[in-house]
Amino acid sequence: MKNTHVTTTINGDPVEYLCDTRETMLDVLRDRLNLTGAKEGCGTGDCGACSITVDDRLVCSCLMLGVEAEGKKITTVEGMAEGENLHPLQKKFIEYAALQCGICTPGILVAAKSLLEKNPNPTEEEVRFWLAGNLCRCTGYDKIIRAVMDTAADMRGAS
Amino acid sequence: MALDDRKDTDFKFVGTRPDRPDGHDKVTGKARFGADAHAPGMLHGAIVRSPHAHARILRIDTTKAEALDGVKAVVTRADFAHGLSGEFGFVLENVMAGDKALYDGHAVAAIAASSALIARDAAKLVKVDYEILPHVTDVDAAMAESAPILNSSYADASVPEGLHPNVVRYHESGHGDVDAGFAKADLIIEDSFKTEATHQGYIEPHACLATLGSDGKGELWCTTQGHWIAQKTCAALVGIDTSQLRVTASEIGGGFGGKTTVFVEPVALALSRKANRPVKIVMNRSEVFRATGPTSSTSMDVKIGMTKDGTITAAQGTFRLQGGAFPGAPMEFSAMCAFAPYALDNVQQIGYDVISNRPKQAAYRAPGAPMASFAVESVIDELCKKLGLDPIEVRLKNASREGTKASYGPRFQRIGLVETLEAAKSHPHYSAPLKPGQGRGVSCGFWFNHGGETSVSLALSEDGTCQISVGTPDIGGSRASMALMAAEVLGIDYENFRVTVADTATLGYNDVSHGSRVTYASGLATIKAAKDAVNKLCKRAAAKWGIPEDAVYWEDGCAKPSGANAGNFDPIPLAEITKNMGSTGGPISGHFEATPEGAGVSFGTHIVDAEVDPETGKTAVVRYTVIQDAGKAIHPTYVEGQFQGGAAQGIGWALNEEYIYGEDGRLQNSIFLDYRVPVASDLPMIDTVIVEVPNPGHPYGVRGVGETGIVPPLAAIANAVSAAAGVRLRHLPMSPPRILRALKAQTRED
Repeated sequence: MKNTHVTTTINGDPVEYLCDTRETMLDVLRDRLNLTGAKEGCGTGDCGACSITVDDRLVCSCLMLGVEAEGKKITTVEGMAEGENLHPLQKKFIEYAALQCGICTPGILVAAKSLLEKNPNPTEEEVRFWLAGNLCRCTGYDKIIRAVMDTAADMRGAS
Repeated sequence: MALDDRKDTDFKFVGTRPDRPDGHDKVTGKARFGADAHAPGMLHGAIVRSPHAHARILRIDTTKAEALDGVKAVVTRADFAHGLSGEFGFVLENVMAGDKALYDGHAVAAIAASSALIARDAAKLVKVDYEILPHVTDVDAAMAESAPILNSSYADASVPEGLHPNVVRYHESGHGDVDAGFAKADLIIEDSFKTEATHQGYIEPHACLATLGSDGKGELWCTTQGHWIAQKTCAALVGIDTSQLRVTASEIGGGFGGKTTVFVEPVALALSRKANRPVKIVMNRSEVFRATGPTSSTSMDVKIGMTKDGTITAAQGTFRLQGGAFPGAPMEFSAMCAFAPYALDNVQQIGYDVISNRPKQAAYRAPGAPMASFAVESVIDELCKKLGLDPIEVRLKNASREGTKASYGPRFQRIGLVETLEAAKSHPHYSAPLKPGQGRGVSCGFWFNHGGETSVSLALSEDGTCQISVGTPDIGGSRASMALMAAEVLGIDYENFRVTVADTATLGYNDVSHGSRVTYASGLATIKAAKDAVNKLCKRAAAKWGIPEDAVYWEDGCAKPSGANAGNFDPIPLAEITKNMGSTGGPISGHFEATPEGAGVSFGTHIVDAEVDPETGKTAVVRYTVIQDAGKAIHPTYVEGQFQGGAAQGIGWALNEEYIYGEDGRLQNSIFLDYRVPVASDLPMIDTVIVEVPNPGHPYGVRGVGETGIVPPLAAIANAVSAAAGVRLRHLPMSPPRILRALKAQTRED
């Protein structure tokens, strides 16, 4: 068993690690780097609970190998808040009860943030289709969609 | 313990919508779920599973696996307790097969190794010799004379003679004379229905971290709806004393009934004992589908008679449920819930619990009720159509009310079914125009709700804040609700509370977070524990003032003298009393332990508009409204969340979700790509109406709200599809191929 050395950037910090070539990025984040915010719900890219961004692109970290992070810029849910200040999406998710059990929440927040960076004024349909890769079994999505739409409106107002 | 111990309904905190205490950790990724725990020296476990639906295990050869570098322990059935019977026996047989593998995915051995990769590699090196046996996975086929026998000793005394040994339990209930009732009907409809098995579909797979020493002392961290049931079950399965196993519940990533039992936990404990190291096991999604959950699949016959004015004269139902390879399919709940919304003079219901080569069924949100409701409410819809009657008027005409003798026996206390139907009738949704190609469906639903063993402890701090320990894992915001109820009693703000789900060493036994019981039972216990603390606070004030204890009362967070005779003293706020509590008699806390039995039953009415694409057979839900009696909504936003979540799961059950078994008895769709739960783009917004008809069995009138919401959607959507496309679907899910077949059959008939 020979491990590979990887140098990357995670949430703005330079990070180095060794990993087996079979390990997914999600395995590396969770088991080697103790960043357990991203969750494994399926391991097949169907549930989105492990969503991260890689060079600003939304990715299921269970479908990416740990060695593929070499030279990339990774962000996870742990990088969303700035210091003690929560991201507007994080605040709104609490306010709107857009989470019940919370296991899908990190992935949905990362995905929603990625949507708003690309499209600050999404329609309900656009939000629903963008988040179609993030399963939530508790909420029926109603409060999640409302929280994302309302955050978008707030952020447009603030900028 | 009754409603009348609080006369006013003018709440200060109950009914408000503060932020949940676990919100911050859950949006930042800090919340620790089952798979998020690590321990020094931890090993990783992997489980070897049967690829066969039914096979005798001839030999398990673990030598190659054990020889792999990094492998520290291998366990098989021999490493667990012997001689268990009853439910513990079934659970052990389910978590680790004995002589036979009983379904595709049944665990037969397990490995602990220094990394997850090595454990998985080693699992592939375990060689199991099987003698493949004939299998059966369909409920009707499992009851047929020619069906293979899974276990000839499982049937209990309730089963009538002459039935196949796969029928393991039988239920019959009802009242009146159904034959006489049918004779009075102007129209009788009798139909047969089937529903396929669905999975609870929680996004968090089962996960645990276990430590067990040869001294018989253990620690277990796991994702569970009930850590005391996990404690006693695991202790029995690995043969240690219950109190020597301390179990801590992680944050739980959804359960819906599926995390009310154990799967990997006893296996991790057995591996840990053998390796003398902590062992973590995390299931992958395919293991979750193949070996945990699911619901029963069903085969049902329903016959209902009605007069021209819409009065139901008699109702009869037969509910056959397969619950996998072990007894326990909730057929009695199907039978008892089926006709509960209606006041019937003549009703009879029969249930069969059937075993088959599938995973052991687990509870799923109102277990057994949604399927029965699908069959009954579909037949009522057909009767309304044929007689030209409005479906809400007919339901109102026959609705169960206070005093009605329920179809399952007792007389209803105060209930809110009529109120939900009236709210549905006057809701703008019910009168909104439909577009061409759309249809509207309505259905009622019922669930019992549950009390269960409950212990709560509450302790005041010197600064006047309060910590509450509850034993019911928080699956929908219950920590916020507990704080609101305690705030109401103590008269101090919500922000002063910290609510913790305590471990098994901290509190007495608590039943599982199931049966929609948490806000009811833990809520009741929290109120009682807070009142216990209030009594002690009043006592301290009485001592200070030198007046009798009963001359002091509690109001707005202060002890006050009760009237002029008691004396003229300034009120003492809570924080003033706690500040000096160490020197005035010691720490002040409140406790309550009981098994409350006043869980009020719950009814709901759903309205749904659906649109069917005649070319693809795909059904779109275009509008949805949930109306349900919550008794009293402690945190209305979280009540809405329960309604919406129940509806969404019901929509999945109605339209997409199903376990698909091949001829070989193997599950064909064990990942989320193939077992498709509703995604955001499948659903509309889900409107909610909270009806509040107080439950006489709770101090604030609370009824559980978690489960009823999944009962009406199956029939409501089937009724909407029938109205939209002119075809009656009697087999769930109403997936595009089934709808297309129904449309084609209808064309041929025309």
